[in-house]
Parts: sequence; structure tokens; C-alpha cells
Amino acid sequence: MAKQFLKGNEAIALAAIKADIDAFFGYPITPQNEVPEYLSTLLPQHNKVFVQAESEVAAINMVYGAAGCGKRVMTSSSSVGIALKQEGISYLSGAELPCVIVSVMRGGPGLGGIQPSQADYYQAVKGGGNGDYQTIVYAPSNIQETVDLLVNGFDVAEKYRNPVMILIDGLIAQMIEAVDMDKPYKRPPFKNDFETIGTKYHGDRRVVNSLFLNPSLLEEHNLHLQKKYEIAKKEEVLVDYKDIEKADYVIVCYGTVSRIAKSAIKELTELGYLVGLIRPITLWPFPTEIFSKINPNAKGILVTELSLGQMLDDVLIANKNRFKVAFYGRTGGMVMNPEEIRDAIINFDKWVIK
Amino acid sequence: MIKYEKTSGLTESKTHYCPGCTHGILHKLVAEVLEELEVLDHTVGVASVGCSVYAYDYFNCDMQQAAHGRACAVATGIKRVLNDRVVFTYQGDGDLASIGIAETIHAANRGENITVIFANNATYGMTGGQMAPTTLNGQVTTTSKTGRNPQTQGYPIKVTEMLQHLDGVAYLERVSLTSAANAKKVKKSIKKAFEMQINQKGFSMIEVLSTCPVNWKMSPIEAMHWVDDEMSKVYPLGVFKDVTQDE
Repeated sequence: MAKQFLKGNEAIALAAIKADIDAFFGYPITPQNEVPEYLSTLLPQHNKVFVQAESEVAAINMVYGAAGCGKRVMTSSSSVGIALKQEGISYLSGAELPCVIVSVMRGGPGLGGIQPSQADYYQAVKGGGNGDYQTIVYAPSNIQETVDLLVNGFDVAEKYRNPVMILIDGLIAQMIEAVDMDKPYKRPPFKNDFETIGTKYHGDRRVVNSLFLNPSLLEEHNLHLQKKYEIAKKEEVLVDYKDIEKADYVIVCYGTVSRIAKSAIKELTELGYLVGLIRPITLWPFPTEIFSKINPNAKGILVTELSLGQMLDDVLIANKNRFKVAFYGRTGGMVMNPEEIRDAIINFDKWVIK
Repeated sequence: MIKYEKTSGLTESKTHYCPGCTHGILHKLVAEVLEELEVLDHTVGVASVGCSVYAYDYFNCDMQQAAHGRACAVATGIKRVLNDRVVFTYQGDGDLASIGIAETIHAANRGENITVIFANNATYGMTGGQMAPTTLNGQVTTTSKTGRNPQTQGYPIKVTEMLQHLDGVAYLERVSLTSAANAKKVKKSIKKAFEMQINQKGFSMIEVLSTCPVNWKMSPIEAMHWVDDEMSKVYPLGVFKDVTQDE
């Protein structure tokens, strides 16, 4: 199929149309602004709903309302705005409503900056909202993968009746790459027994709700959610990896950083190093199992992120104290170059976590 | 002979409201209107956070429970994807006038074709009678123990008056539930608001001055008098906007 040059945010908007969404609710924030800008034109052309909300809080609650009607709904935002959406994400999870949230990470904390970052791993993966819930989080590393995971993300959201997040950084959102938008996709029918669309369409009255004042009922509900999460852990893990069975060192990174790491690995290979790569594509569920495939005689694992060490926690859990773990990160919107990662391997012991 | 029949707009659930609280009457009036307009089977209601959170158990139609203050945003999401359905929110003053004031104003300003039932009892009922933005000057609450002092705690917020200048608003009326005669007016106003929605006129809201005898520390009758004698002075009753007036 013919590829076209698309900016990341533009491709996200086109992917939303391809996924046949019914509604988008958003609010301006850099660096994701082109997503609502494109969709404000595209959705009405397809007789679908676009609303620019008064805030990220309102936008995610509009998502809740529309998702509660069984519709395919999306929102997008960036770090500071995703912080505001956490209330709604918790409610969506509690009420078991599907939706897709695109999160374009920029530097933080606070107003931070607008340059690329991965400092919202905790926010996305560990959840900033209240309660025992999980968000299914995908971390693509290029625009094609962003498009593919976004379209598929709606199917996953509906399968689990749970929010799905597409987590990228400002680089992927703002760069231009060749993308194939013509891969065939057909939106499957979404059979459900929760949509509140009026009793004449389904018989008995329905309630979309996350309140269980009786603690034993809330525990039962949370255990029910947990069962879904256990299935997701078995069925949804996606990971890209290379040479880890024979490597002396394994680099673990996701998204944009994995592309920088691949350049570093090329340089290291020329220098005679055997370096493997683990790139989690799902950050939750995290690909814990893959770590058991690492060469038992490896000298260590280097985690590298555009943060001061967040995914690092999950790598430490997955590593089970088998290997030395080093960390190299840049923060605040600064992006490392391949040589920095190369040197972090060469001077591995300097970066080892004590 | 007058035969009393329970409205089909309410479920069989018994309400949990305190003695003398007007939520129960207000639920019944909203439910009767939905029944009389024959829209119950294609109505989606939105319950808010506060005493009326369990409205989702009481109204006999599809319901969603919204986060605190977000009912108008949730209702926007519902109405935009199902614009041939009747969509309403049922909110208290803590929910609508404090934490949800932005969602309320912007839904009104966008002219969302929804109906808001706003029960104003000048306090946070469910959490035990704290000061609300609607609390009267001098009114004693658990967070204004010597009476609300406007110099440090601000003034009673008049949401209906605020909204009347927004172009997206079709109908605004403030009513009270202090007598049988007033209750009839309340029902009429609610009907008018839903008719605005059915006729695609835009945002409609009925503010209902309501009682909270338990937190006000009054008998139910004293509470009714307090609404008539004190609350109604700060929150005058009447129609504040009606876009069909000149039609």
C-alpha cells in the first residue's frame, strides 16, 4: 500500500477516523494540539461528534458519558492535562467503560516544559487516580506503530471494558514519517449489556456507576476487575526484543529512546560488544517474563529513559536480583544521543544502581 | 374522587432521605413530569455526588452516576452521541455551584440541550452540613461555626442569575418546595424545562430551594419557614430566562 508522509499528531487523528470513533472530547495543550485541530474538521465530515471541552476534567467526563452509551470515544492530552484526567480515568475503570486516551508526554513536574519526555510513566502505568485499577498502556516507538496500536487499542478497550492509553512523547507527536494508513481495518460490533441509551432499546433499566458503599460489594467488584487484569496480563503483553539470549549487556527502554538505543547498539557492536535490547510495547501489562530469557552469564541490564528512572522500578521487579542493573536518563525535555547510551554501556559500573 | 397512583417514573426502591428533606418530593415531581411527557423509555439521567447520589436507584430510567461536579460534562457526552434522547442531571448545590461550576457554566454556554434539576439547600448535606458557596451570610454550618462571614468566606452564589446572561440558555426558573401550591409550580417549571429540551431550545435549569432540616438543626416545618423567610430573600423566585417568551 502507498505510504504517505504524516506528522505524528496528524496520523493519530487519521487513525481515529480509521478506528471509526463516534466522538472525541479534548482540550488544547502542547504538544498534541494538531490532534483536536484535525479532528475538529474530520469528525463532523463523518457525521461524528467533536467537542472542545472547557477543561481536561470536563473532556474526560464527557468521554465517560458517551462511553456509557456504548460509543467508541477518544480523548488526547499531554502530561499536565493527563494529570487532570486522572479522576475520570479512575471512574471509567470503576464503571468499566472503554475508551482510548492518547498521552503525549512533555517535561514536568508542574508546568514543566514542552519538549519530549517520558516522565509520565508512573502517571500512565501506576495510575494517578484513586483505587485498585489498571490502565492498559501502549508505548509505540514510531508513527506507524502509533497508528496501528491506536486503532487496535479500541478493540482492546472494548474487550476489557477498560481505558486504554497510547503513551508517546512529543518527538513522535511532532515528527514526520512515512505511514501506511491503508491497512485494512473493520470496526467489530461491540455487544454489551451496559450502555445507557434509553430502556426502550434494551428493556430493563441500566445504571453506569462506580459507587459501592457496601465494602463487601466493593471488594467483590474490585476482585472482578482484578480478574480482567489477570487475563490482560496473559493475553495482551507486547514486547520487542533482540539478542538477549547471547548478550553481555541488555538495554531496556521504550518509545523514542529505543530508536536511540538501536543506534547505540550498532556502534557498540562495531566496538565488539554483545548488546541485546528489550523494548516493552505494553508498559502495562509489563513484559516481565521476557527477562527470564536473558543470557544467564550477562554482565548487566541498562535501563534508559527520558526521566530519572520510572520504568526502572518494573525492570527491578522483573530482574528479581539476577543481574546488575544500571540506569541512564535525561530529563526536563533533554534527549540523549546514541553516544551517551553507548558510553553508559562502556562505563556500565558507573551507572549501576546501588 | 381523587385516586392517588404512584408514578411509573420512580422505581420501587425506598429513598434514604432524612425526614423533612425535600429531595423525595422533588424526585417525585421530576418522575411525574417524565411520565406525563412519555419520555421515560428514552431518557438518560445523570446522578451527581452528594445526598442525591442514589438518584440512580430511584429514577425509573437509564442512569449514569457522575463524578463530583461533572454531571453537566457527563450529560454533554451522552446528549452529543444520542441527540434524540432526553438527558437530565440532578445535582445539589455543593456539586453544581462549587466543584462543578465550570462544567455547569460551559454546558449552559454551549447551549447543551439538556435539563438540569438543581436542588439548592445552602449546605453540604451528605458530608454533614459544611458551608456551601450557596450558604447564606451569617448561616451557621460546621465550617462556619459563627455564621458565614462574607469578608473571609465570600457571598452566597446566585447561579441562576449568573447563567441568565449566557446566550446558550433557553430556560431558567427558581422555585421552592415550601407548600403544596409551590410544589405545583415546581412541577410546572420542571415540565417547561423538559419541553424546552424536547423542542430543541437549548439549556434549561430549574433551581429548587430545598430543605435540609437535619443539618440546619431545625424541625421540618421550621426549615420550610426558613426557606420562605430567609432563603427566598437571597434567592428570589421566578423565571429568569425564557427564550420562548416572545414566540
